[in-house]
Amino acid sequence: MTDAANGNWTPDLPIVSLKDVHKSFGDLEVLKGISFDVMKGEVICIIGPSGSGKSTLIRCVNALNPIDSGSITVEGQEVNDPKLDKLELRKKVGMVFQQYNLFPHKTALENVMMAPVLVLKEGKASVEARARALIRKVRLDGKEDSFPGELSGGQQQRVAIARSLAMQPDVMLFDEVTAALDPETVKEVLVTIKDLAQEGMTCMLVTHEMGFAREIADHIYFTDRGVIVEHGPPATFFDEAKDPRTQEFLGQIL
Amino acid sequence: MWDSIQTFFRDLAERDASWNFIYIYDDNELERVLEGMWVTLELSVVCVVFSVVIGLVGAWLQGARSRIVRSVVQGYIQFFRNTPPLVQLMFFYFALGQFTPTYSPDGYLQQPIISNVGWAIISLSFFAGAFNVEIFRAGIEAVPQSTQEAAESLGMSRFQAYVYVVLPLAFRVSLPALNNNLVNLVKTTTQALAIAVPELLYQLVSIYNDYSTAQNACMVLMFIVYITLVGFLVFGMNRWERRMVIPGYGGGGGR
Repeated sequence: MTDAANGNWTPDLPIVSLKDVHKSFGDLEVLKGISFDVMKGEVICIIGPSGSGKSTLIRCVNALNPIDSGSITVEGQEVNDPKLDKLELRKKVGMVFQQYNLFPHKTALENVMMAPVLVLKEGKASVEARARALIRKVRLDGKEDSFPGELSGGQQQRVAIARSLAMQPDVMLFDEVTAALDPETVKEVLVTIKDLAQEGMTCMLVTHEMGFAREIADHIYFTDRGVIVEHGPPATFFDEAKDPRTQEFLGQIL
Repeated sequence: MWDSIQTFFRDLAERDASWNFIYIYDDNELERVLEGMWVTLELSVVCVVFSVVIGLVGAWLQGARSRIVRSVVQGYIQFFRNTPPLVQLMFFYFALGQFTPTYSPDGYLQQPIISNVGWAIISLSFFAGAFNVEIFRAGIEAVPQSTQEAAESLGMSRFQAYVYVVLPLAFRVSLPALNNNLVNLVKTTTQALAIAVPELLYQLVSIYNDYSTAQNACMVLMFIVYITLVGFLVFGMNRWERRMVIPGYGGGGGR
């Protein structure tokens, strides 16, 4: 681990590694020692009841929430380091939110182009070509000049995915990205994520879509009250859950 | 054409002593009025620009990490918002004016570095700026925290997120309130009369002090000029508001 922290990270080491992560909001301890590794190209799903710390956990990975103790590394870089160059981290880690959070005053194309131009200082022409390709990829051709307010929830969420991909990240975080969508549009977003996963993008998803998790995840983590209760590949996890808390949760959901 | 208008008003003044439009047929008085209008316009434009800049900077500083910076901004707002602008003008010019250094352009008379026009600009800009800080703050607070987080997670710095995401959205929310405050500011420039700034009201008051028969005519002009001036401002602001409307976003923008 110390080797990796010094920038000697190689793709055979975990791309994201959490070690004994603790996080409190005031008196409320939300994460009570979470540890796991994600390998490059892996798709992991974090599931669990509301308030179990899933979203907090994923937000800690790109330093939107600072952690209190423990360690999170992304490609060997310590996220919890006060000297961390957040820009470097955020170039590697893309994030998609439950509420899409598009910039409402920019068109779909502008939303996708903004960060590469402003943050990476890339030329507009090359960014635009990439942005248009990404919009095609999320199947929104023809919507380039629409404003977010003119798009459906599912379309907005796909723009948000394209916007995040435009930064060419190595890891994508999805924080309950279908939770605000109506059932018909959930599928179009899931298909987009599935495409990504199949292309080998490392994905960490917080989700309530159990069927989807089962289909695309390489590994499922079940969290409850700030700890990982049980984890495993989907087949074993869903069919042979041992912990009573997992069984109860799955019993309610499935 | 102009001659016949002047003749008409000269005759009117002779026929009816309460309607002496002296500033139309007397070139000296006309010049005073034009000068006054120019100073009023200048004062309005400069103060509007400064007050908006003060508002933007103040609102940015209100989000600063440092407690001291935040309390300084808060103190500034409380002071300028809770005292009458007329008192501020007099305080700045008569009290602070005494402590500013002087210079001598002709080597004979000493002049303060900041003239009464300068003090009027400073005082009125800070007065309206205090309201603008609050107006912009309200706009900034209306931008969801999550939108800023999205900008942040795309690698933008706090400043980039402020300039490219938060401000453009906050501005749209703030425009109606800003509109009102700027209208107020333009009207408040008349109070610079108290420190002898030669704006329109000052000139007109001196005219009707010289010619008491011109009083009604001066009042009429005052209203016409302000209705026109504020009318242009409101027209411009409304057009701007409409142009800033984002398709499918909120109700904003008086359409």
